[in-house]
Amino acid sequence: MGHALKRSGEPPFWALFGAGGMLSALIGPVLIFTTGIAVPLGLLPARTMSYAHVLAFAQNPLGKTAIFAVIALFLFHGCHRMVHSLHDVGIRTGPTARMVFYGAAIFGTFVAMALLVRIGF
Amino acid sequence: MSRFKPAAHTYTRTTTGWWRKNPYFTRYMAREGSAVFLSMYALVLLAGLNSLSRGEASYNAWRASLATPLAIVFHIVALAAITYHSITWFQVMPKTAPRLPFNAKMLTAGGLAAAAGCSAIILGALLWATR
Repeated sequence: MGHALKRSGEPPFWALFGAGGMLSALIGPVLIFTTGIAVPLGLLPARTMSYAHVLAFAQNPLGKTAIFAVIALFLFHGCHRMVHSLHDVGIRTGPTARMVFYGAAIFGTFVAMALLVRIGF
Repeated sequence: MSRFKPAAHTYTRTTTGWWRKNPYFTRYMAREGSAVFLSMYALVLLAGLNSLSRGEASYNAWRASLATPLAIVFHIVALAAITYHSITWFQVMPKTAPRLPFNAKMLTAGGLAAAAGCSAIILGALLWATR
């Protein structure tokens, strides 16, 4: 009685984990295949990732949103999973570990936002 | 030898390699391990975005770094890991969903079909937009 429940910071991170998990399950493989394998190896034409094309994509509001969603949600999904797997590889978990991993995802998100602004419209 | 040697029946937690002894846990660790590759891939894209904001020469240097053998090997491993994540993600979905008015296996099949559809649409759009 009279004890206020301590608020957990988990729900927003869990939601971002879910969104990132869904996005990466749907388009993660095709993105990695395209940017990391097919274009560098010449299976797809080099112009697919030319400076002009990618710059035009990053300057388009929809393209900007897509790039931002992919980087931010992939980071939040990855960092949430890693922080919950630390125990399994024998690393102590706790508030410090959460701060480091979620902090990294938040930092990466802000960097992506700043770069997209710098690239302009 | 420490004189604080644990007594014979003291429980010691194993912290390395425990998951290799049971295929169920090996699959579990492969699934969780995909997170490392997903995060690293996000950082590769972030580096690309940074180089893009610095101009054409910088962007082309990033592209050249993607064509190195180390980068290719990383992306092949990452592709395998994220494909495994994708499959397991949709396999778990029926277990987390509320009561479904249809066979739960259809949710997994539907999710994988959606992933295949999205992949085809993205590849098609890329080929069309950069033709």
